[in-house]
Amino acid sequence: MADTLAGPASGTPQPLPEFPMPREARCPFDPPPALKDLQEQAPVTKVRLWDGSEPWLVTRYADQRTVLGDPRVSADTDSPGYPTKASPEGGEGKLGFIMMDDPEHARLRRMVTAPFAIKRVEALRPAVQKIVDDLIDGLLGRPGPVDLVEEFALPVPSLVICELLGVPYDDHAFFQDNTKTMVHRDATPEQRGRASREVAGYLAALIGKRLAEPRDDLLSSIAGRVTAGEIDHQQATEMALLLLIAGHETTANMIALGTLALLRNPDQLALLRENDDPKFVAGAVEELLRYLHITHLGRRRAVTGDIEIGGQVLRAGEGVIMANEIANRDPEVFPDPDRLDLTRDARRHVAFGFGVHQCLGQPLARMELQVVYGTLYKRIPTLKPACALEDVRFKNDAFIYGVHELPVSW
Amino acid sequence: MKVELEADKCVASGQCVLAATDVFDQDDDGIAILLEDRPADELLDDVKEAVAVCPAAAIRLVEQ
Ligand code: HEM
Ligand code: SF4
Repeated sequence: MADTLAGPASGTPQPLPEFPMPREARCPFDPPPALKDLQEQAPVTKVRLWDGSEPWLVTRYADQRTVLGDPRVSADTDSPGYPTKASPEGGEGKLGFIMMDDPEHARLRRMVTAPFAIKRVEALRPAVQKIVDDLIDGLLGRPGPVDLVEEFALPVPSLVICELLGVPYDDHAFFQDNTKTMVHRDATPEQRGRASREVAGYLAALIGKRLAEPRDDLLSSIAGRVTAGEIDHQQATEMALLLLIAGHETTANMIALGTLALLRNPDQLALLRENDDPKFVAGAVEELLRYLHITHLGRRRAVTGDIEIGGQVLRAGEGVIMANEIANRDPEVFPDPDRLDLTRDARRHVAFGFGVHQCLGQPLARMELQVVYGTLYKRIPTLKPACALEDVRFKNDAFIYGVHELPVSW
Repeated sequence: MKVELEADKCVASGQCVLAATDVFDQDDDGIAILLEDRPADELLDDVKEAVAVCPAAAIRLVEQ
């Protein structure tokens, strides 16, 4: 009998664990305890989603990398068996190559890889440092407390993507206002939708301008693909929007949640405040990526050919979810995994996913976080939370984990 | 030991460059290139790290 979990044929079938599982309220930085239990006891097992579907859940680090690296999985949400999104409300539309398979995925991804090469990203570091310094000047010019999310964490990636895409300075305010609304906790779905359409319309128009008069920026290079007949204007706009959306809330949440985690671990914060070695700061970024793992609802795929893994067979047409946050706490790979230790070698984490869809923006995200973590606590050494931990609202149901707001003072 | 890189598998993650700067670089499109296919012994740990972190299984270290 292959399907032992289903229970005796006559009786009621054993209920499957529901996914996603709740976190422990007292441990907002740790993955749900049930994930740890599954990692130990049933590393490849079926779970039930809100819509009643029953995909596989893979919890061990090595197994997750194997599945994500296998060509027999599809990231296309239309593939049979693809595990539906987190919640009835959670389904964002299809957005560009993140939800496509090779060879089309590879063709489109390669059109925008150039600006994310390590050297190109390094060349942006002074501009990012200036953005961060200016924002900190703005904070320090005020009495506090301020909401770090709204006043610092969200503006950083928004201004950086403006820089990268080539959004003119005069339009930064428009761009920032709308991108903020797109992810704002209090915005209604209508307001979010409207803001998304504003930004998409704006990007489409700007690509139009760059079609006519190319400059030395990413939108011009995307426009060049339109001129060459490789993609149409609509696809070009989608690509720009994907880069914006994929890098915005992710980076912002790493900044805010990372700051809260450091404030709760003062010895670790002190290490970062007192250390100028860029290598140490880079390592600290990897450890915070591992420990916080903000893309917490799992990498989702549809199986397109039978895959044997962890003593189970994932069949074509079934769904599979890799809960990366628990892979990053796998004791086989990271000793004492639940400890935040900025001095450990955390480079093998899967916070950026794994396989052909692994984060395209990771060199940029790393550099931004290195600048932020390497600057903020040195420039504001007295930074402290302006509310109790119990009062911080965590984004438990959101696609990207983080805090809704983080009031701080100094 | 010899390093082999399958550039058509590369997804331009940049991870190999970070892990082993002396052995890997990227072309203008961010696709990995090999600077040194027979790296000195003291670089082998870095290359092994690059093999481990490459998301696309594009790098191999073969006995030679
Ligand atoms: C700390 C910040 C970030 C985190 C934690 C993060 C995480 C991720 C993860 C887990 C994936 C894989 C999705 C999957 O396999 O289904 C991904 C893909 C992607 N990310 Fe990021 N990301 C971050 C920042 C950025 C930035 C700054 C950009 C660009 C400006 C970006 C652009 C992308 C793109 C384009 C993809 C799709 C790649 C593909 O499908 O080939 N990300 N990211
Ligand atoms: S680590 Fe792999 S995918 Fe990333 S740049 Fe190097 S060869 Fe390419």
